[in-house]
Amino acid sequence: MTPIELTRNPIVKATLRNRWPQFVVRVIALAGFLFAILSGFIGTPVGNHNFSIVFVWIVWWALLMLIAVPLLGRGWCAVCPIPMPGEWLQNGALLKPRGKGVGLNRKWPKRFRNIWLQNIAFTLLALFSAVVLTRPSVTGLVLLLFLIVALITSLIFERRAFCRYLCPVGGFIGLYSQAAPVEVRVKDPAVCAVHTEKSCYTGSADGYGCPWLIYPGTLTKNINCGLCMECLRTCTQDNVAFNLRSFGADLKQPSGHKLDEAFKAFIMLGAALIYSAVMLGPWGALKSAAYSIGTPQWLVYALTLLGLIYVILPGTFLLTVALGRTLTKSKESLKKSFSAFATALIPLGLMAWIAFSLSFVFASLSYLWPTLSDPLGAGWNLFGTAHAAWQPYFMSIVPFLQAGVLIGGLLWACVTARRIAAEKQQGRGITLQALPVMGFCFIITAGLLGLLIG
Amino acid sequence: MSQLRLSPRWIAIGLLAFVIVFVPNPIAFAAPAEPHFRIEASSFQYTPEAISVNPGDHVTIDLVSTDVVHGLYIDGYDLNVTADPGQTATLSFIADQSGTFRLRCSVTCGALHPFMIGKFNVGSNDRLWRAIGLGVLAVIAGIWVIRR
Repeated sequence: MTPIELTRNPIVKATLRNRWPQFVVRVIALAGFLFAILSGFIGTPVGNHNFSIVFVWIVWWALLMLIAVPLLGRGWCAVCPIPMPGEWLQNGALLKPRGKGVGLNRKWPKRFRNIWLQNIAFTLLALFSAVVLTRPSVTGLVLLLFLIVALITSLIFERRAFCRYLCPVGGFIGLYSQAAPVEVRVKDPAVCAVHTEKSCYTGSADGYGCPWLIYPGTLTKNINCGLCMECLRTCTQDNVAFNLRSFGADLKQPSGHKLDEAFKAFIMLGAALIYSAVMLGPWGALKSAAYSIGTPQWLVYALTLLGLIYVILPGTFLLTVALGRTLTKSKESLKKSFSAFATALIPLGLMAWIAFSLSFVFASLSYLWPTLSDPLGAGWNLFGTAHAAWQPYFMSIVPFLQAGVLIGGLLWACVTARRIAAEKQQGRGITLQALPVMGFCFIITAGLLGLLIG
Repeated sequence: MSQLRLSPRWIAIGLLAFVIVFVPNPIAFAAPAEPHFRIEASSFQYTPEAISVNPGDHVTIDLVSTDVVHGLYIDGYDLNVTADPGQTATLSFIADQSGTFRLRCSVTCGALHPFMIGKFNVGSNDRLWRAIGLGVLAVIAGIWVIRR
């Protein structure tokens, strides 16, 4: 499918260029974020009656994983409130550039210009997730830490270094944004090549230089584009477009496969498997182990999680890639093949998270109604719904949706694996190289099906 | 996604998918019985964690809570019962839907309450096996049907 330029429509273009709609959404999100921190600390300790748990881990998570990431990629990053205070200080302005802000404006260290720190940050969250997701005070503390680290990072380093290199959520949103059906791209790279000002990167009176530290003129993948629309505002050549495209268009890019991104795919896939077993499985001992931080049981759980996401999954995948290379007598380095074929795990992982979120969200969504009326658990009844009973939604159809989503993800992963193999092989060699990877994807899918609907 | 054309291969895959999804399960189950279960609910787990019956069975579940108030809600059946500590609450019904269903605690009982889950198996879990069959078909489609 040829991308459709949505910004050809003058209303869409004007709306995206205008700072106010984005600003208003971000301010509302910031207010909600700060209230979530507050309610985490002063609200009821009962998680499923506390605003911080219900709004962050059920409502926000549902919007993120079931709508924002699959359809808008980094759409959440465009309105995320976490970097806002730091940006305001850094820019010395709330909206358009004016004057000088505060901060050291240092460049991010070269050795950390990858997503390994994001991988580590997400792993840490995953290790403590049973507590983070259920105890309001811990959720409040984690959200506050996000805010403080983002603020400090903005005061030391240039632009949105926190979002680009540290945010554990932004790491996986970026990975899966490659599957999304929207993109910001330049219309004609030749125009950028001769445009010496590069106002999209350096900034202008109309907007900031790319906060995500990328040069839009050479942008080919969504992974690092935060959809902030600054380049749409600063381009003096009217050469930036917001496009509708086919799902997974970035997965067809033949180059740029990186090991840190490959490992992000394993971390996310492993976390989906572990969460499905711990949170949605019937094993009480496993839940207790995940929750009892510091105990020998938790250590076993933590080592199992780390072993699965950093050793077992990548190791098994490496063997499948090596098998494909042996069958086809491929001359490409194993590391390069490993990183390239890990791209097939992006649609598989995205669909695994959607399937996981479906049952988690629809089973717990009705906690929203009492929490709306009594967000702190203080005995209020603002909207008359404080005593609404818990009621899971659509549980008869959720398993069918989960099965459909997982099978769709497997098919998508197989198509992606085959396409990657076709870049390296011809004829029968394509199938021979892709088949072991497809087998790996099938085993993961069967495991998830067993955990979620078995 | 790759270009999808309605070729004989796609028609074959479609027919196979239809068969996998809709072919009746040939396994015959025993005549309906009246199984009786005692399920203990305590700190985020049910014991036993899973119970199995045959389709058409008249099922009775005694829910016994050994610590705080717990509930037992059965997905798909939309049935619910709650038990006070040390008390037994009983749920009786006919298992008229086949498959595997989640049991969920319906009363806030502590930090991990939303994840207090058990399983209720009625007959064989056709849904799972059919989904795995479709998974095999997805791999075949990836190899055999979809080119570039």
